[in-house]
Amino acid sequence: MIVVWIVLALVVVVIALALVMRSRRRRATVGAAPAPRAAMPEVLVTQVAPRPEIDDSPGLDRRLASSRTIFDRVRTITSVGALTKEQLDVVEEVLLRSDVGVRTTSALLEELRSHGAPAGVASAIRESLMSSLSGDRSVRTSADEGRVPVWLFVGVNGVGKTTTIGKLAWRETQAGRSVVLAAGDTFRAAAADQLQLWADRTGADIVRADEGADPGSVIHDALGRAQARHADLVLADTAGRRANSTNLLDELAKIRRVADRGPGQVVETFMVLDATTGQNALSQAQEFLAAAHVTGIVLTKLDGTARGGIVVAIERELGIPVKFVGVGERAMDLLAFEPIAFVDSLLSA
Amino acid sequence: MFDSLSGRLERLGASLRSRGRLSDADLAEALAEVRSALLEADVELSVVRAFLDAVAERVRGENVSQSLTPGQHVIKAVHEQLVEVLGGSALKVTYASRPPTVVLLAGLQGAGKTTTAAKLAAWFKQQGRQPYLVGTDLQRPAAVEQLRVLAAQIGVEVYSDNSDPVTVARTGVAEALRLGRDVVIIDTAGRLAIDEALMAEVRAISAATSPHYTFLVIDAVTGQDAVHTARAFHESLELSGVVVTKLDYDARGGAVLSARGVVGRPVVFASTGEKLADFDLFHPDRMASRILGMGDIMSLIEQAERSMDPEAMAESAQRMMSGAFTLDDFMAQLNQIRKMGSLGGLMRLMPGMTRDMREAAKNVDDGQLNKIEAIIRSMTRHERRDPSIIDGSRRSRIARGSGSSVTAVNQLLKQFDQMKKMMKQMGSGSTPQLPGAMGKMAQMAARGAAARGESLPAGFEALASGMKSGAPTAAPAGGAKGKKKKGGRVTPPKQR
Repeated sequence: MIVVWIVLALVVVVIALALVMRSRRRRATVGAAPAPRAAMPEVLVTQVAPRPEIDDSPGLDRRLASSRTIFDRVRTITSVGALTKEQLDVVEEVLLRSDVGVRTTSALLEELRSHGAPAGVASAIRESLMSSLSGDRSVRTSADEGRVPVWLFVGVNGVGKTTTIGKLAWRETQAGRSVVLAAGDTFRAAAADQLQLWADRTGADIVRADEGADPGSVIHDALGRAQARHADLVLADTAGRRANSTNLLDELAKIRRVADRGPGQVVETFMVLDATTGQNALSQAQEFLAAAHVTGIVLTKLDGTARGGIVVAIERELGIPVKFVGVGERAMDLLAFEPIAFVDSLLSA
Repeated sequence: MFDSLSGRLERLGASLRSRGRLSDADLAEALAEVRSALLEADVELSVVRAFLDAVAERVRGENVSQSLTPGQHVIKAVHEQLVEVLGGSALKVTYASRPPTVVLLAGLQGAGKTTTAAKLAAWFKQQGRQPYLVGTDLQRPAAVEQLRVLAAQIGVEVYSDNSDPVTVARTGVAEALRLGRDVVIIDTAGRLAIDEALMAEVRAISAATSPHYTFLVIDAVTGQDAVHTARAFHESLELSGVVVTKLDYDARGGAVLSARGVVGRPVVFASTGEKLADFDLFHPDRMASRILGMGDIMSLIEQAERSMDPEAMAESAQRMMSGAFTLDDFMAQLNQIRKMGSLGGLMRLMPGMTRDMREAAKNVDDGQLNKIEAIIRSMTRHERRDPSIIDGSRRSRIARGSGSSVTAVNQLLKQFDQMKKMMKQMGSGSTPQLPGAMGKMAQMAARGAAARGESLPAGFEALASGMKSGAPTAAPAGGAKGKKKKGGRVTPPKQR
């Protein structure tokens, strides 16, 4: 019940604040004659300053320009054998800029330093990156006899969970499977509507409830429907949630329990991850892994300028493999993850 | 957000504190620490380098002050540089001479534009403006619907139709003019900076509506890519500022520094939670203090000012100090606090909090508050006024009535009692000018700050001196003892 203490502490502070405000107000009213509240003037301030020119601080600009070519530079390092400090610096920069992260980068550099680069730097980095991405990427679509396989989707807000489900629904229905969508995001306004549109597009069945309904019950109903109609797969959406709130993660754990009992069996739990995310992705993965037994990552928005290098750190440290990547907004813009192509894109560009 | 950065700098300070003068090697070591702290916080590499150069220059350029240890010297330089990078050329939101003032929001998919649009509308409304929302995101399924639902919660109208984004924007602004609204917020579809067609579209929207403000909405957990995005949008749209979202997520937020560093435009607004109230102007100096773990009492005061009834609060404060504080008062205050925003968010602003307390506060949510409220509501009026009459059978009745356990009821009563005693003591005790625990907290914070070699954040001193003048004026209000005047009747728009 630390809660009570926290609340009480806040009560004290808030009361103190109230006193401050009151005294301020008093002072204001005692001093000046009660100024009549001025009507809101038509013009407060006209746009005084002209809109400033685009700021091009030269130093930064040059630095950025040089960063664009640095990816090429790593390929041009052709030396064989031990690496010089400059070469290692270039490699470090490439990795850091791809969001691989400080720790993983130093580990990779350490490998490079000790192993040398018998076949050139580029291939040496590629090799160590590839060995970091050696997990099992198969996707389970079948459950035990008599149970309905469920794919559960988790992640923070705005990473593209609902869109990913839409795309996977399309993919699976194309593959001839009958799919039931469970609109388990009952929190975000109109999330169910968004999923409904995907259901209409792909011909998948959908179970939804009103905003604010219990997500567990939506998934439970979806399982019932899937069983009654002998559907092949249930794709269960969940509301985006912060990964640093125990309560929201507890709720997620509960949703997973509901999805995994009775007729349902959770065969895959995907954490959807936005490729633009930086080091926070690692703690997201850690928390979601603990709360919902994440079995794979869907890396979305890889069609932008972001490289998504943090998944290397996630797979190295937590052993969660990337299984799909999102590369666009159309239904077919979801691909199985190819480590080789991914590593090449990390090192090129 | 910057928790880990401040933690690292603190540890760094501790390791340097033990040494004498700051040698070049020490400086290099300190800067290496700062470098990896910044990189781990997702600050972009070029921005990190520029930042380190500037810090090094500061450290070398300044005379080593007698009162600072070398470690503190570095921390001070880092702090100053943070304030400068975050704060330079702040933007003051002004209004167009010929309304409506048009605000355009742009950004990547999933950055939080639609939610930001609604929060921004709520903010303008609070400023006494009449905002109007225009939803041009016809691309993402149900995006306009999401905007409508959020807008309904704050009582703002939304314009949208099914034509095309540019027409919707133009018609929306015209409609706002016709309705006499003075601020128009245009929500746009999320787009990638490299998508030429979509960037042309947002430029066309901008050309059609000539916005007074164009804000890039950026996710605080964005990694190295933040600079590319910011730069591309800036080149296309000439941003006037940045709105950073999801600042409550974690210890990162380097994107703030990156975007700031690369486009040279200020961060204007920050969103720090899921509630529509968790949104405010971004204050660089306060953020810099928060980075270094000094709390942010000014933001707290402002949040309080917006959402509470000070008269009612002062009255119960008086009762609190005289020992007549009841569970009814407690409930009323609980509701006041809830109006201010999420508990975790509030705790982050409080100075003198330990890491553990912050961690604990992060996990307090409305559900737990509901539980406390349920327990209190399950008591009779008598019991609330005088908890001492609650015996065993009453306890089990309360536990049953609130769906909790007798242990929980016991704990609540016990802690309430302890707190009450403490407050009474402090109200009449050693620090008569400062109401109770706050005084202690102020001392704590002062000690902490002194230990770090920092002066108190400006706001804190203001608070302390405010209290000195506040407490005596509160005293006469004590006569109004029995009168029950409850604030906190208004509940915020329900979100979860």
